[in-house]
Amino acid sequence: MTVLTPHCRLDLTRWATWPAALWTGLFFLLPLLIMLAVSFSARVDNRMLAVFTLDNYAAFFTQGGGVYVAALLNSVEVTAIVTLVSLAVAYPLAYILAYGVPARWQRLLLVVIVLPFWTSYVIRSYSWLLVLSEKGVINQVMMALGLFDQPIGLGNTRGATVLGFVHFFTMLLTLTIYANLVQIKESYRKAAADLGASPLQVFLRITLPLSLPGVAVGAFLTFVLAIGDYITPQILGGSRELLLPQAIMLQISRQANFEMASAMSMVLMLVVSAAFLLFARHLRMERV
Amino acid sequence: MIRSHLRISRRRLLKTGAAGAAAVGTFSIIGRARAAEEINALVWCDHSDPALLKPFEDTYGIKVNTKEFAATGEALAILEQSQPGDWDVLVLDTVDITKVAAMGHLAALTKSDYPWDDIFPQLTTESLHFLNGKLYGIPEKFGYNTVAYNSSKVDPADMRKASVLWNEKYKGRIAIYDYYVPLMQMVAIGIGIIPPQLTQDQLPAIKAKLLEMKPLAALIGDVVTVQNALVSGSADIIAGGGEFATAGLHGENPALDWVLPDEGGIRWMQSLAIFEKSKRKEAASKFVKYIMSPAGQARLATSACYWAMPANNKAALSDEQKKILRWDEQPTFLSKSYHYMSPNPEMDKAMLEVWTEFLNA
Repeated sequence: MTVLTPHCRLDLTRWATWPAALWTGLFFLLPLLIMLAVSFSARVDNRMLAVFTLDNYAAFFTQGGGVYVAALLNSVEVTAIVTLVSLAVAYPLAYILAYGVPARWQRLLLVVIVLPFWTSYVIRSYSWLLVLSEKGVINQVMMALGLFDQPIGLGNTRGATVLGFVHFFTMLLTLTIYANLVQIKESYRKAAADLGASPLQVFLRITLPLSLPGVAVGAFLTFVLAIGDYITPQILGGSRELLLPQAIMLQISRQANFEMASAMSMVLMLVVSAAFLLFARHLRMERV
Repeated sequence: MIRSHLRISRRRLLKTGAAGAAAVGTFSIIGRARAAEEINALVWCDHSDPALLKPFEDTYGIKVNTKEFAATGEALAILEQSQPGDWDVLVLDTVDITKVAAMGHLAALTKSDYPWDDIFPQLTTESLHFLNGKLYGIPEKFGYNTVAYNSSKVDPADMRKASVLWNEKYKGRIAIYDYYVPLMQMVAIGIGIIPPQLTQDQLPAIKAKLLEMKPLAALIGDVVTVQNALVSGSADIIAGGGEFATAGLHGENPALDWVLPDEGGIRWMQSLAIFEKSKRKEAASKFVKYIMSPAGQARLATSACYWAMPANNKAALSDEQKKILRWDEQPTFLSKSYHYMSPNPEMDKAMLEVWTEFLNA
C-alpha cells in the first residue's frame, strides 16, 4: 500500500513487514539459534560448557550401536503409516462432505468433525487406552459375542499408537482437504462431464489433481505433528518401541542433558525440513 | 470536533494513566506484602495435595505455591530457567541432594531444628545428606521400587523371588516402570550383584537380562501408566512398582499388593531442602518443620497422589493406614533394601545408554 503525501511517497507495506520480521526473529529464529548453539556445546559436571564440539551429533549416530538412529527410523516409519492411513480415511470423508452433503448440513457436520478437538489431547489418548484395554469396550463386546475366549491386548502396541494418531489427524486432514475441494470451481467438473468423462475420470483428472495442494498441506501438518509427538506413543504405545521424541525426553528428564537433546531435536528438525522440501517441491502448497 | 475528541481522550488517558500507576503501585505493595506470606515450592505431586497444605496454610498464614516435576532433570531445568530467589523449598530424590547442594543451590540446615532423631536410622545416611560436614536435606518419605501385583491374577509366592522379572510364566503380564536406575539395580539383585557394588563392567550382564525381559513386558511407562495398566488389567505385575502404586488403591481393590523379594529390593527416598537464594528462609523452614511433624508426616504418607512410608517414626498414622503401609514389616524391609544408586555422570550415561537400547529392542 502506498500513501501519497505532498512531499514524498511512503511505502507502508515495506514498513509493515518489520513487526512481522521482528516477531519471527524473536520467537522462532532466536530460540532455534539458541538450540543450535546448545547442540554444539558440551555437558561437563552437570553444567553446560560453551565450547564448540560435534560430540553430541557423533553420539547420535554412533552411541549404543545406532540406537538413536533406529529411534529416528521408527519415528519416520510410524509417522509415514499414520499419514497414509489418515489420508485414506480423510479424503473420502472430505469428498463426501464437499459433494455428497447438502450445503446446509455441511456446517453442522464440520462442527461434529472438530468436536473431538475440544477434548484434551491427553484425555483422548487415555480414553483410547481404556477402550483398547483388556477390560475395555472392544474386548468386552467381542467376548460377549463369543468371538474371543480371553481378552486380547490391543493397547500398548504400535497399532494403538497409529490408531490414536489417525483419530486425531483424520479430522485435521479432512478439514484441509475439504477446504480445498470446495474451492474447486464446479464448472470444471461439469465441463469434463459434458465432454463425456465418466465420474471416475472427472475425479482422477479434475478433482484429485486440483485437490492435491490441500492433501499436501494436511499430510505435511500430520507429518510434522506426529513425528514430534511424545504423548501418544508414550500412553498408547506403552514404550514398547523407542521413538525419537521419547529418546529426547529421556535425555532431558533423567539427565538434564540439554546439549544431547538439542542435537537430537536438530536432527528431527532436519527430517521435518526435508519433508517440507519434498512436499513444497512437488505440490503448490500456496494454493490452499 | 476532532480536537474536542482528542482533548477528552487525552484527559481520559491521563486519568487512566494515573489510575493505572496507582493500581500498579498498590499491587506491587500488595505483591511485596503477600510475598512475605507465600513460599514457592518445587515438589513431587504428593506435596500439592490440599489435605497436606491447607492445615499448614491455615495455621501459619503462609500460602504454599507448588510446582510439580517428575524427575531430577526436570527440576534442574526449571532451576536453570528461574531467577535466584524464585524458589524456597525443594523436594528431591535423596540421592540427588548432595549433587544439587554441590551446585550451590541449597542452604545448609541446622539439624536440631528438625526431628532428626525420630527419623528411621537407616534413612539418615550421612553421605546422602551431608556435604563437607553441612546438612542439606531432611529425609521425609520413603518406599521401595519392588514388585507390585494383582494377587488375584498371580501367585504371591512367585513375587517374593527377584527373578520374577524374567519369569516366562508372566509373559505379557509385566509392566515395567520406566526409570533405569532402580530397575537396573533390581535386575542386579536378581543376578546376584549387590546394588552398591554395581560397576560399569557389570552393565553388559544387566543389559543381557534386560533384553531377556523385554519380550515379556506388556508395556514400559511412568508411574501413572504402569499403575493404570495394573488397574485396567493390561498387566498383573509392575516391575519397579511398590506401595506408591498400590497403597492408595487398596480400599478399592484389596487384591492390589506389593512385596519386597527375599533377595532384597531398592529403597527410594525423598528429602526436603531449602534454597540458598530463598528470601523467605524462615517461612520455608516452618514448612519443612510442619512436613516433618507427626501430623504433617501422616498427611504426606497418605497423600492423594501416592502413599509411602513417612520418614518420621512418630508419624500420626491410624492402625489401618499403618497396616496398608506394612509398618510392622519395615525393620525387615529396611534391612534388606538398598538406597537408590547415585551414579557418577559417566556411569549414569552408560546406564541410560543401556536403558535406551532396552527400550529400542
